[in-house]
Amino acid sequence: MSANIYRYELHVRLKSVLIWSAALAFLILFFLSLFPAFAGQAALMDEMLARFPAEMRAAFNLDKMDLATLLGYFSFTFLFVQLCMAIQASNYGFGLLSIEEAELTADFLLSKPVSRIQVLTSKLLAAVTGLVLTNLVVWVSSFIAISLFKGEREYELQTLLLLLFSGIIFQLFFLSVGMVISLLVRRVRNVTPYGLGLGFGAYLLSAFSGVIKDIVLELLTPFKQFDVTYIVAHGAYDMPLVWLNVGITVVALAASYWLYLHRDIPAVS
Amino acid sequence: MSIIEVSQLTKYYGKARGIVDVSFGVEKGEIFGFIGPNGAGKSTTIRLLLSLIHPTGGKATIFGKDVTTHGPEIRRDIGYLPSEVYYYEGMRVIDLLKYSASFYPGDHTQRMHALAETMELELNRRINDLSYGNKKKVGIVQGLLHSPSVLFLDEPTAGLDPLMQRKFFNLIREENARGVTVFFSSHILSEVQRLCNRVGIIREGRIVEISDIRTLQQNNYKKVRVSTDSTAPVVFDMPGVTHVQAENGTVHFFFKGDINTVLQRLSALRVTDVSIEEPTLEEIFMHYYE
Repeated sequence: MSANIYRYELHVRLKSVLIWSAALAFLILFFLSLFPAFAGQAALMDEMLARFPAEMRAAFNLDKMDLATLLGYFSFTFLFVQLCMAIQASNYGFGLLSIEEAELTADFLLSKPVSRIQVLTSKLLAAVTGLVLTNLVVWVSSFIAISLFKGEREYELQTLLLLLFSGIIFQLFFLSVGMVISLLVRRVRNVTPYGLGLGFGAYLLSAFSGVIKDIVLELLTPFKQFDVTYIVAHGAYDMPLVWLNVGITVVALAASYWLYLHRDIPAVS
Repeated sequence: MSIIEVSQLTKYYGKARGIVDVSFGVEKGEIFGFIGPNGAGKSTTIRLLLSLIHPTGGKATIFGKDVTTHGPEIRRDIGYLPSEVYYYEGMRVIDLLKYSASFYPGDHTQRMHALAETMELELNRRINDLSYGNKKKVGIVQGLLHSPSVLFLDEPTAGLDPLMQRKFFNLIREENARGVTVFFSSHILSEVQRLCNRVGIIREGRIVEISDIRTLQQNNYKKVRVSTDSTAPVVFDMPGVTHVQAENGTVHFFFKGDINTVLQRLSALRVTDVSIEEPTLEEIFMHYYE
């Protein structure tokens, strides 16, 4: 770990962290502000949803969510939060080392008296700090939104905490998987398409698994591993899947270190 | 013992050749020129020495330490000026120099300002807005500000105007006078001749010659062109003459040896034009080809 790289990386990332955090806070407050209307018209809502095609309801998990309860509605909101978080973390993962190479500053950094382990660790910690800050904002805005719009309704605090806490583990998955992919492909020239691809791809995999039953691939996506409807319904994580998630993250991290240590930094042209 | 010791260093990028079996040594306090055409493997060699890339075979040591295992330790005392200078988006010159200095123990502010002044570099400009030559200056200051004892310069003069080139050469000579060892890569023979004590010539990934700059010049071919009025081409058939080409009363040839013999032969002729010049680098390489 090298303090100056960490400081620089965090400084560069701060603007992006602020934008993502503000967007997420807005999303949570906006969705929750509609909750009183949804809850008041619960019967009407159910009737309307019943007219949707079953496949569509399955794709959005609407058949398992009870939008009239606070946690049911919050989990619906949190699905969108997850999607944003996935894209943010994937972007950071893909960009962590590749931006440096695409802009040819890797030569500058790696000709300094620092080891690659120090470089990677400092960059990772800076990115994780950014993600933790984003999560803090999500926590705070969730509590504010809920206290503003819950009215007289009660909810289980523990389940809410489980949902919120899943955020950072969920993001670490995308960060490390994005990073390992960026080291496996020859050169990432533009981070955004990769980040969007990984984030949306993982979401779609989980969404379609609701429509098409019995595919194993869905187990690999964090949207399934931290399935909001499962957490709300059981008041607990689906532990085997959470371990699978953590396992993939750890393997991706270890592989990234190995690949980066053995990497030939591409030269100009 | 040599400061830089390279033995049988080989690098393949997949199947593509980088360098093959490169061996040489650079002594403390010398300016070693590394010349060769583009794509010969100059940058590959420097990038291997800085462990930006990993060798396929062979080994290299700097300060007696293996570059692949002691990289960070070695790089503490190395300055590197890459051939193309790109820096972080949106940074000002001063930010970058401070970031660079923060990697080395001690305070380098004073030296940074002195170097920036010598190279006439404006510290508050954004790096993105700088011209190629000015970016190069940022690279020069960045590579020198921590007073390294070994300098790697990869085509350092490209983009600098002649005045700046001279200032830069003076700077390098000053550093060298303080005992700094300089590894200077270039494809321009004349600048290497101006600055270096010894040169290594690399072609298609292999070292073709390592010699003292003086011996290289003495052994060197001169390019001679003679024009006469007579339609019959003049015959130069003395030892040391090669590559004779004659057309319309003009004779081109390469000559190696005592130039006086050519001059004596010329004095007997009635010539309309004569030129005797240094061969270009490419022409010297033709010599190493044979």
